[in-house]
Amino acid sequence: MNDSDGESEAGEAASGKKKRDKKASSKDQKEAENKEKQTNKKGKEQDKKQKKSPAESSSSSSASNSSDEESLSEEELTRLKEQVEEKKKLISTMRNKPWRMVKKLALLREAQAFVEKFEGALGKGKGKKFYAYKMMMAKKWVKFKRDFDNFKTQCIPWEMKIKEVESHFGSSVASYFIFLRWMYGVNLVLFGLIFGLVIIPEILMGIPYGSIPRKTVPRAEQATAMDFSVLWDFEGYIKYSALFYGYYNNQRTIGWLKYRLPMAYFMVGVSVFGYSLMVVIRSMARNANENTGDGDDNNFTFSWKMFTSWDYLIGNPETADNKFASITTSFKESIVDEQESNKDENIHLRRFLRVLANVLIICCLCGSGYLIYFVVKRSQTFSKMQNIGWYERNEVEIVMSLLGMFCPPLFETIAALEEYHPRIGLKWQLGRIFALFLGNLYTFLLALMDDVNEKLTEEVVIKNITHWTLLNYYNSSAMNDSAVTLPPMDPADMPRGPCWETTVGIEFVRLTVSDILVTYVTILVGDFIRACFVRFVNYCWCWDLEAGFPSYAEFDISGNVLGLIFNQGMIWMGSFYAPGLVGINVLRLLTSMYFQCWAVMSSNVPHERVFKASKSNNFYMGLLLLILFLSLLPVAYTIMSLPPSFDCGPFSGKKKMYDVIQETIKQDFPLFVAKIFSYVANPGLIIPAVLLMVLAIYYLNAVAEAYQHANTELKKKMQLQRDEEKNKRNNKATTSSAVQDLDDLLVPSAKSESQPKPTEGKTYERDFCHSSGQLHLYFPSVGPANTPTLRLPRARHAFLSPCAQVSPS
Amino acid sequence: MKVYTFPSLFRLFYRYRDLAPQLVPLSYIDKPDVKLPYELIGSMAELKDNPFRQRIAEVFSEDGEGNMTLDDFLDMFSVLSEMAPRDLKAYYAFKIYDFNNDDYICKSDLEKTVNKLTRNELTPEEVCLVCDKVIDEADQDNDGKLSVEDFQHMIVRAPDFLSTFHIRI
Repeated sequence: MNDSDGESEAGEAASGKKKRDKKASSKDQKEAENKEKQTNKKGKEQDKKQKKSPAESSSSSSASNSSDEESLSEEELTRLKEQVEEKKKLISTMRNKPWRMVKKLALLREAQAFVEKFEGALGKGKGKKFYAYKMMMAKKWVKFKRDFDNFKTQCIPWEMKIKEVESHFGSSVASYFIFLRWMYGVNLVLFGLIFGLVIIPEILMGIPYGSIPRKTVPRAEQATAMDFSVLWDFEGYIKYSALFYGYYNNQRTIGWLKYRLPMAYFMVGVSVFGYSLMVVIRSMARNANENTGDGDDNNFTFSWKMFTSWDYLIGNPETADNKFASITTSFKESIVDEQESNKDENIHLRRFLRVLANVLIICCLCGSGYLIYFVVKRSQTFSKMQNIGWYERNEVEIVMSLLGMFCPPLFETIAALEEYHPRIGLKWQLGRIFALFLGNLYTFLLALMDDVNEKLTEEVVIKNITHWTLLNYYNSSAMNDSAVTLPPMDPADMPRGPCWETTVGIEFVRLTVSDILVTYVTILVGDFIRACFVRFVNYCWCWDLEAGFPSYAEFDISGNVLGLIFNQGMIWMGSFYAPGLVGINVLRLLTSMYFQCWAVMSSNVPHERVFKASKSNNFYMGLLLLILFLSLLPVAYTIMSLPPSFDCGPFSGKKKMYDVIQETIKQDFPLFVAKIFSYVANPGLIIPAVLLMVLAIYYLNAVAEAYQHANTELKKKMQLQRDEEKNKRNNKATTSSAVQDLDDLLVPSAKSESQPKPTEGKTYERDFCHSSGQLHLYFPSVGPANTPTLRLPRARHAFLSPCAQVSPS
Repeated sequence: MKVYTFPSLFRLFYRYRDLAPQLVPLSYIDKPDVKLPYELIGSMAELKDNPFRQRIAEVFSEDGEGNMTLDDFLDMFSVLSEMAPRDLKAYYAFKIYDFNNDDYICKSDLEKTVNKLTRNELTPEEVCLVCDKVIDEADQDNDGKLSVEDFQHMIVRAPDFLSTFHIRI
């Protein structure tokens, strides 16, 4: 009786541990079962039977083993447990073993049968049925998770399309499309946030169009409000719709839900940036993880060229041809480099040329910046005139797009002076284009700021006018001596302030739309029309259009990626003032994906020099992060320092936009929360907090440097040890001079006998120990027994051999 | 992390079957012994442009001639897929590049590799230089050829290995 109780206790303890292990390895077991299913796949019904049977067999085996409980002693139990653990480990590592599939399957089935037979036996005592039930639930849960993962993988959009592009053009071009898809995902989330939390509540629960001045088209504009040209400029009905800031009412709560719209608008604006920041940094961290272990960059150039240059994804003869050619060129280049590595060119000339090139490019950048500023200033004077043509209205956008189209090739031609390695040259090129776009963007913003300030002064004037107009309206009614109170003034007739936020929003939307158009037209003309021209006119042209100029276009990866990044920067900047902008961007990315995939497949040719995509991903993410910060700055500045318009937008009537937070805290939260916030907002608390964060950054930086240092030290040690082993195996000159001297002392016969045959890798040390033992045996014959030289052999033995503990005496 | 999801397993089987529908039965319950000859395997879209397709088929086939059963087929695409572990890929890469199957990549294997990669466009001196450089860089035990350890030691440090030694199907 006592024995069985003791056994059942031990069994329960064991089963408890087993349950924990089981949960950890049940996933592996599911994977193993998946493998088994790989071969039994052909009949679908078979799978279902297969899925059910493990669950059934486990419960049945546990039931059948109930009779065996008493017969298992404790040692047998632990031994059995060990065996089961071993089998489970085998199952989980089966995938990594380089055996034939048949062998793997046989072993797998055997191991699985063993585990299932005996793990039921380990669940003893009262908890047995519960244990079996828990097992079944765990397995079902794992299966459910796996099915859900399968479903998720199938839901990834455009996977087949990207695979097609990849097989024709290689992994670098495909990486652009993968980036595009990622951006689409981010934008979709942002769109969901803005649309669901800001636009929809205002449309559904806010007061409808036409009821208050800010939501109606003014009387003066009503005649032209539906014209296409007006709509295209985002004036007219579009300006007074939920797409722009000016539409939103400043009611504290709207609808029966008491939805706090101004607060929501503000918080959504802030969280757009927060979410984007989080997503970009998470992506960068993931990429950084994959890139660790860089180390020996130059040690294996030729080996890597030989074994990793062929891209196994290539499934198209044209791409393969290009790949062969690029590999050949790459080998030839490396050979030439190798042969001429010591050749010294005229350093001074090269430096002078590089400085010259940089000076030229800086001149170009300044010139383009000034041009933009000039054009924006001119457009301000234009807007005051009447009868402006289409060109004058869109001058700014046209000039910026033209600059974006022509400056990069100009930079490339100037950069030919510099003669950098192509990869470095590409980084310089990207940096310069980035500076160009940045300069343009900031000049544009400065001009916009001038515009805004002007509007602010105008606003004060109009505020007074509005006040007086209303007063006159009601006074006149009083003078007419009617007892009936006049209806409130028609919203279309109210004098309207120059809503600067909506103006800013309109500018950004216009810029985005023109950017989209220019991109599409460039692709259409620069790629498609060019390809048609080259293909069809080639028959009747003097020179070979396909081989010479212009030939087919290559897909400009870096240009496209930068375009995407800058577009996103503009979206970030403009989305606070034009909530509908993100929706426009989502549409743009969607159509871009299909359009560019089509364009690439139909009119582009694979690159001559196939671009390696692996390391540059973090570079693009870094640029994206930079743009995110840069686009945060103007928005933060305007929120903090500019007063909102008095008659439009959700913050109208407040002194500053962030007052909405204070208001919410005061009115919606209990009293102590307001007190807490007022304490927290105290500069005396914030400055120490900032200081603490700076110190934390410094500390973490120091720790990271220390780890890096330790890393390099370890690498050096490993290298040293490798060199030592290398030399040991071949009895070459070692690093120690004492040993070198000894080398010379050795009798040639001793030397030849101690040469180990390099047949087996692992037994080198043993061989050497053995042979050094022999060496030692020979030493007495080298010199007299009592001379100091006898001590040297022992020193050598101890120094070189890891098995120095083998003392020969 | 799985190597294959259910839908792609189906796809693989049907790809295998499409190579020779009259040879491959729809049901594998009775474990039929069907081998597709190398010519069919080598004509697959994913492999036909690969200069090493013959070696790949030989390495993964049971008989070493390139005639593959379904198990071999699955094995091959499993190792070449995105999710296969690095060490496993390195092991099979070694076998692929070892043309004479002697468990060492010797100079003649290297020469064959280079010539296949460049379609014989390099001069013999250049080929020789390249092979010598490779042996110089990667050979650790100084026996003039690359053993499994040498190869693995060199290849796991390569940044592009995982992304190029990969077939998507």
